[in-house]
Amino acid sequence: MNGQRNERRQTTMLSRVADSLYWMSRYLERAEHTARLIDVDFELRLDQSPEASSGRWLRLLEALQVPPPEDGKIDAAALTQILTLDKTNSSSIISCVTAARENLRQVREQCSSAMWEQLNRLYLQVNSTTSSEAWLLHSYVFFRAVREGAHLFHGVTDSTMSHGEGWQYIQLGRYVERTDAVARLIGAYFSRLPYSADQAVESEEYLEWVGLLKNCAAFEAYCKNYTAELRPLRVAEFLLLNPECPHSVRFSVDKVHAALQAIAELTERKAEEPERLAGRLRATLSFSQIDEVMASGATAYVASVRQQCGQAHNAIHQIYFDYPVETELAS
Amino acid sequence: MPEPVRTLFRPPFRNYQFDSAYDEMFEAPGVPRPHYRALFQTLLELPPEEMRKSQQAADLSFLHQGITFTVYGSDEGTEKVFPNDLLPRIIPHQEWRKIESGLTQRIAALNLFLEDVYHRGRILADGIVPRELVYSCRHFRREMRNLTVPRGIYVSICGTDLVRLPDGSFAVLEDNLRVPSGVSYMLANRKVLKKVFPTLFRDYGVCPVDHYAQALLGTLLALSPLQSTTRHEPTVVLLTPGVFNSAYFEHTFLAQQMGIDLVEGRDLLVHDNVVYMRTTAGLKRVDVIYRRVDDDFLDPLCFRRDSSLGVPGLFNAYRAGAVSLVNAVGTGIADDKAVYAYVPAIIRYYLGEEPVLPNVETYLLTDRSQRDYVLEHMEELVVKAVGESGGYGMLIGPHSTAEQREEFRQRILAEPRNYIAQPTLSLSRAPCFLEGEAQARHVDLRPYILYGENVTLVPGGLTRVALRRGSLVVNSSQGGGSKDTWVLRA
Repeated sequence: MNGQRNERRQTTMLSRVADSLYWMSRYLERAEHTARLIDVDFELRLDQSPEASSGRWLRLLEALQVPPPEDGKIDAAALTQILTLDKTNSSSIISCVTAARENLRQVREQCSSAMWEQLNRLYLQVNSTTSSEAWLLHSYVFFRAVREGAHLFHGVTDSTMSHGEGWQYIQLGRYVERTDAVARLIGAYFSRLPYSADQAVESEEYLEWVGLLKNCAAFEAYCKNYTAELRPLRVAEFLLLNPECPHSVRFSVDKVHAALQAIAELTERKAEEPERLAGRLRATLSFSQIDEVMASGATAYVASVRQQCGQAHNAIHQIYFDYPVETELAS
Repeated sequence: MPEPVRTLFRPPFRNYQFDSAYDEMFEAPGVPRPHYRALFQTLLELPPEEMRKSQQAADLSFLHQGITFTVYGSDEGTEKVFPNDLLPRIIPHQEWRKIESGLTQRIAALNLFLEDVYHRGRILADGIVPRELVYSCRHFRREMRNLTVPRGIYVSICGTDLVRLPDGSFAVLEDNLRVPSGVSYMLANRKVLKKVFPTLFRDYGVCPVDHYAQALLGTLLALSPLQSTTRHEPTVVLLTPGVFNSAYFEHTFLAQQMGIDLVEGRDLLVHDNVVYMRTTAGLKRVDVIYRRVDDDFLDPLCFRRDSSLGVPGLFNAYRAGAVSLVNAVGTGIADDKAVYAYVPAIIRYYLGEEPVLPNVETYLLTDRSQRDYVLEHMEELVVKAVGESGGYGMLIGPHSTAEQREEFRQRILAEPRNYIAQPTLSLSRAPCFLEGEAQARHVDLRPYILYGENVTLVPGGLTRVALRRGSLVVNSSQGGGSKDTWVLRA
């Protein structure tokens, strides 16, 4: 230490607070992701036969980790209800928004008033929605509101909250969740949909791959990159390895790694485990070639991504949120 | 005679009613007091539609900001918006000066009383306050005997409830010396009113209250166990019972305003009599705890064993002088409603002064003749449990049923020490904007007093309103609301 009083770390962050910010952000990302998936399905369903539609629902359920109905019958309306407004389903949109808000409520003093107001407003809006035939018919309004609510929240966050440690945990939660969700989605498509990697897909199939890209809000970006000709190989490359598409796995992992680096610096922690894990995953993604990935199987590749992401999550938990007190007192 | 003034009762005052209680706005029907004239005029000119819109905007803003409280024991939606009324309650400067000096005197005397009771007990030996009254108090903490607290201050954050008697003078109804709440609503109300009546507010010359959080932080820092020369700036935290507590909004609000960490019991730990909080960067030492957790729940090793809100070992660290708790432990003996009856005597004993603000007449039920009187006149009196607050455990004689009176009679006979009685006060009334017009509702006043390096009162306080017509209960848990309080500059 030199004699100057300069940028010594002045602020501290409670572990519980960091934990809540992280989970708030994960839940909100989850709600947004689910809303997009169902909304895209709703649009595609209008153009399709019931069989094609139920095939997609099975992929969608797998991507959202919801067990398919026991009798195997896909009832889009009933499933939509379960995934959106069913409070007994802990991963429904309403449950996720409630959990996000509850997490933020416990750390209200850490976020800006504007952030709290925005999330609270989204919560009140989602909770005042009741399911009905008419609602189902116009449910796209609801899904758009959830997506916009989440986007607005992140916009408000970026422009009203200090980009310090707390903000980094929000980034971390958002992109850990996104990495996992997008990886799962890619896995579900490449394991369940027949494809030949390097040929342009046609007709019925075409809609499905459009669906996958739209699920990641990436259809337009894909077209700009590769034109509207869809090839599974390119779709995989774009969603897995593209460094610029905000919903690609690579992009998300980059963000996770950046947040962890910033946190390690801010907390002056010696432990490198979370950063090392995220850094390794980041390196894997940036040096992977899509041909190799496809050769050894996209499904296996995303499974490995998810596993490493899970390891990073556990390490974050152990280093920052729930560390053993004894080792701290000894040091 | 009232004939000609009646015609003055134009909207929104058409249905404004009077009774024997003091009216804050009118000195006679239709004749506003001088300091209310400008508001009166504004209301006559303002279209009711405007007011209704402002009220809706205010309600919505409270809802979105989550300015809510929790009602215990209600099933659905535990969060409720705290109702706020848009018509300010106005207090002239002179009146406020008197309140200020009365409350400063009171907090000084009560702190001397606590210091005395937990040390030599002179006041008990001299027979001014009965010994058994103090020792039988549920909030007496044996563990505090001979413990020296920073600056000898036990109560540094206090909210005292004042009422206006029919003759217009203020009297103290009760002291809240443990964990008084409501100050955040005072600040939130002010914020809203500045938006609703910007010009009126400016023209009136209202004393600001916005510096409360800063004054509170200053008070907390003044009570730090650290000497000014030691290692670092003291770390101050606010300890909350958590998100399910009725005042959780306030805890987050104050922590944010002061820029300190809001902690729960599970964030803290004690090692070698030092209190730490778990941060992402490791353990960090804590010096001052503004605790919004009751004594009972502070430390399961010392007080209630089943408490999961507290911190094991906290009291030992406190005894060792390694951490300050604000307010101190055991202050509840001084706001026990039976001890309350002795506060005027306490003031005379320690300060040799007459109380500036009188008490409300109080019957002690341990006294045979007073008890007999109370039992015969229950339908006229208010009976209160001595250790309760928030409007719980209370019987309002004139509004009670024979059954309820019988129940309280039995309880009094079983435990006379646990109850006191007071005459039913007709609290003063102030206009409130309800159902699209101005209606009279009963109000009280809770100013907030801080005592660190010196005594600070922010001018104003929380004016609580009994929103139900005719009701005398202002507590938020019992259908009460609040309104902004304007203390005028000289």
